[in-house]
Amino acid sequence: MSNQPAIQPMEQFMVHKIVDLPVVHIGGMAIDMSITNSVASMIAGAVILVLFFALTARREIVPNRGQALAESLYNIIDRVLVGPIIGHEGKPYVPYIFSLFLIILVLNLMSVVLAIFNVGGMELTFAVTAQLAITATLAVLTFFSIFILGFVKHGPKFVTLFAPSGMPKVMLVFMVPIEMLSYFVRPVTLAMRLFGNMLGGHVVMSLFGSFVVALGILALSGGVATLAFIPSALSFSMIVALTGLELVVAILQAFVFAALATVYLNEVVNFGHGH
Amino acid sequence: MNAVADFHTYKLIGAGLAAMGMIGAGVGLGVLFGSYLQAAIRNPAGAASQQTMLFLGMALTETMGLFAFVVSLIILFGS
Repeated sequence: MSNQPAIQPMEQFMVHKIVDLPVVHIGGMAIDMSITNSVASMIAGAVILVLFFALTARREIVPNRGQALAESLYNIIDRVLVGPIIGHEGKPYVPYIFSLFLIILVLNLMSVVLAIFNVGGMELTFAVTAQLAITATLAVLTFFSIFILGFVKHGPKFVTLFAPSGMPKVMLVFMVPIEMLSYFVRPVTLAMRLFGNMLGGHVVMSLFGSFVVALGILALSGGVATLAFIPSALSFSMIVALTGLELVVAILQAFVFAALATVYLNEVVNFGHGH
Repeated sequence: MNAVADFHTYKLIGAGLAAMGMIGAGVGLGVLFGSYLQAAIRNPAGAASQQTMLFLGMALTETMGLFAFVVSLIILFGS
């Protein structure tokens, strides 16, 4: 067996440059500002979002289809997440959670829906949310802005978050490190969840895709090997089913990211009333 | 056997073993959705209100499995 695997499902996640831009030096650091396929996908996602809201943000009492879609998206965050979980004080944070939800939703959906156009070596889309760098940026940004908000709102007594109330003093020696660990692992899990889900889905789809081609080529060699068309067709129907599943996962993961950000925010906003 | 082939073989075995951590996540998801369905069938009126919690629990359970998956990928492609 050779050391080089014939199937390379990780190849689709390679970042490469599309437009070469000069390196910028800021304070001794060299920053490569080239536009990669990852950056291009994010720009496309942002453009889609801005266009969507430029076209649908109207104030009619009887909404047309676009406005109804935009409003129901907003309702998911406002009335399903922030309302029941945080309550009335959560209103000022709806825009942040909403933009977080939308950008993840659009990038996830782009990577699944537009992937059907990636035919014959063309690369129209790139799974941006399957890059740990991107998801970690979103997670760290969310987590630490919520953490800092806690100190801004409640001052130094916010550190009592790590000491559960009603506990014998001796137990605090053990509990505080455990609580701190479980608190600061949150951005890691937040980033890993989105990254792992998107990466896993795309790897599985790419694996089944290469089965279709490999078995199809085998079947073309004639004779008994013609039977290989059957598993090839089965793999193809598997891709169709998996695409449906990936659409669900793409929407669900955007929702879950927003939901967890809301839950973390709830601890800060309602600090001291709940527990 | 030469050392390089040995390394490659053990790497594949290790990646497979690491991916077994996903068994736990599978069991967990089964328990989660099973319990939800049981509760939802007993009290259909209260089911819709707990859907957010269901997805939150799903996300938290799934993460554990994904950690195993990522470790397995790191073994396969990172070393």
